[in-house]
Amino acid sequence: MTVKGMKPIWYFVGLILLIMGGIIFLTGIYYLLNPSARFTVLSETHPNIWWGAIMILFGGILYIKNRKVTIS
Amino acid sequence: MPSIGLTPIDWIIILIYFAFVIGIGVYLRKFTTSEEDFFLAGRKNSSWVAGLAFLSANLGALELLGMTGNTFKYGMYVAHFYWIGAIPAMLFLGIYMMPFYYSSKIKSIPGYLKLRFDEKTRVLNGISFAIMTLLVSGINLYAMALVLHTFLGWNWDISMWASAVTVAVYVTLSGLMSAIFTEIIQFFLIWFGLFLVSIMGIIEIGSIDQILNRLPESMNTLWSTSADPTQNGMLIHWSGIVLGLGFVLSFGYWTTDFLVVQRAFSAKDLRAARMTPILASFFKMALPFIVILAGLIAIALSNDPNSGFKLLEDGGQVNYDSALPMLIKRYYPSGLVGLGVTALLAGFMAGQAGNISAFNTVWTYDIYKSVLNKNASDKHLLWMGRVSTVVGVIVSLGTAYWAKSFPSIMDYMQAIFSWVNAPLFATMLLGMFIWWITPNGAFWGLITGMLSSFLMYMGVKFHWFNESIITMSSVQSDMAANFWRAWWAWLICAVVTVVISLFTKKKPKEELVGLVKGLTEEKYDEHLPFVKKPEFVAIISLIVLVILNIIFW
Repeated sequence: MTVKGMKPIWYFVGLILLIMGGIIFLTGIYYLLNPSARFTVLSETHPNIWWGAIMILFGGILYIKNRKVTIS
Repeated sequence: MPSIGLTPIDWIIILIYFAFVIGIGVYLRKFTTSEEDFFLAGRKNSSWVAGLAFLSANLGALELLGMTGNTFKYGMYVAHFYWIGAIPAMLFLGIYMMPFYYSSKIKSIPGYLKLRFDEKTRVLNGISFAIMTLLVSGINLYAMALVLHTFLGWNWDISMWASAVTVAVYVTLSGLMSAIFTEIIQFFLIWFGLFLVSIMGIIEIGSIDQILNRLPESMNTLWSTSADPTQNGMLIHWSGIVLGLGFVLSFGYWTTDFLVVQRAFSAKDLRAARMTPILASFFKMALPFIVILAGLIAIALSNDPNSGFKLLEDGGQVNYDSALPMLIKRYYPSGLVGLGVTALLAGFMAGQAGNISAFNTVWTYDIYKSVLNKNASDKHLLWMGRVSTVVGVIVSLGTAYWAKSFPSIMDYMQAIFSWVNAPLFATMLLGMFIWWITPNGAFWGLITGMLSSFLMYMGVKFHWFNESIITMSSVQSDMAANFWRAWWAWLICAVVTVVISLFTKKKPKEELVGLVKGLTEEKYDEHLPFVKKPEFVAIISLIVLVILNIIFW
């Protein structure tokens, strides 16, 4: 989509997943170092770390692929 | 009532989301210069963009929380809403109906009714759609505020106004274009924010098979208990599922509701428009792995006294809609809670933006330009689109406060759909496939269908007659009654339309070229190899649908 000079939607999807994934991943690292900070069921599997990493990976690919793309 | 606590990290993620969607509205403002940009996003979208937006516009408040809650109440039968209750209709739209919609260059569904029939049918549908959209939009806002208030402890008024104003800002700035941009972002946030619930549930319980083994047979199958309504959670016979949900409600919604079809109109060419609902069908089929699976996990955990899991209760009544938030609370640490809440907010706002962008188009073209100001310029229509967006949001806030006074919004919402969409589907189907259906037949058939559905609803609600007359069964649930009422409304509309058309003046065939099958040359994508045609992709989708139904039979 559409007019000259516009960034594609996939750039924005990548950017927001990258930012949110990064915050969640870093929170997971904090919990790894401070295990008693908050207890949830299955918290020993550290979902923040692996889910945050998946978001960073997915968002990063979209962001990098579309970083220099503009649509006319 | 206990609520899910949010940490500063969670708040940061939620605020990033709000800043992002408003920022996109501001960014796209400079690219929205014409009325076609505002109402049809420039008609330049790929089928992937239009397809994801097509699906996301349907991912409203009741979709995420309501369907998970309904699964807790009715079991796996709720998956019918995603499979037989969606996929055949989406494929039918892409293969058979989209060529007529897209090629006639209409801006809305009422616009098609004007070309195929006449002005009065267009205005009737335009007004009923606008009212329905604002009511649904208000219910959407109310449901969202209720959830934020109940589960997060947020102030009821502030949460509703904050979301309404955010949607108003970005849709006013760049119309359908920003609605589609944010809907796609919301689609990914919903998947990343909520699919983890199902993954964690599977990890805790062991496997999908083990989850299903913990449920009674009435809850863990799709069809095997449907021959006897007393044997399944939804208390419905398979014929009610097939005729009421699979045919009338599903086709009525997916093929005629402008809220979703508008996204396909934004596609760059006919092939992209036809592919829009077909590609969306694959994502639709995957959604049960969020909402249905989460509901089944919630049942399995509730049945296990050692799990410590239970739903919230309001005044002694189980609050089924709390299933998804309670699972988020169970599994998500800080940070992920913020993502989960953002996913719910994204669902609410995608649904809200969908309603408002459809409303501003129908109001501007099918009511304002058609009746009130026939000579309006393009620039004036663009201005009117922005004004009607703001007015639509304000009216939605009013209907949200009104919806607050109703004891059961889900019942109310389903009733609205069966009043408007079910008879409209009969009008569209007959009009698009039979050339001798007349303008008067369509108009009076539509009115009779809408009125009959309304009277059936009121008749049962105020005990004028017994519900079993509609459902043809001694046992029934509210959902079963909705399915059957939709079927009867469709049938009444179809019969009245056909009978009146036999005795009233027909439109000349030459006026119907491009609008009716049989009078229109249909040569699409002939240069493409079969594997690249929408028909091939639709067959793949159909095969996946059959496989899923067999697996969970």
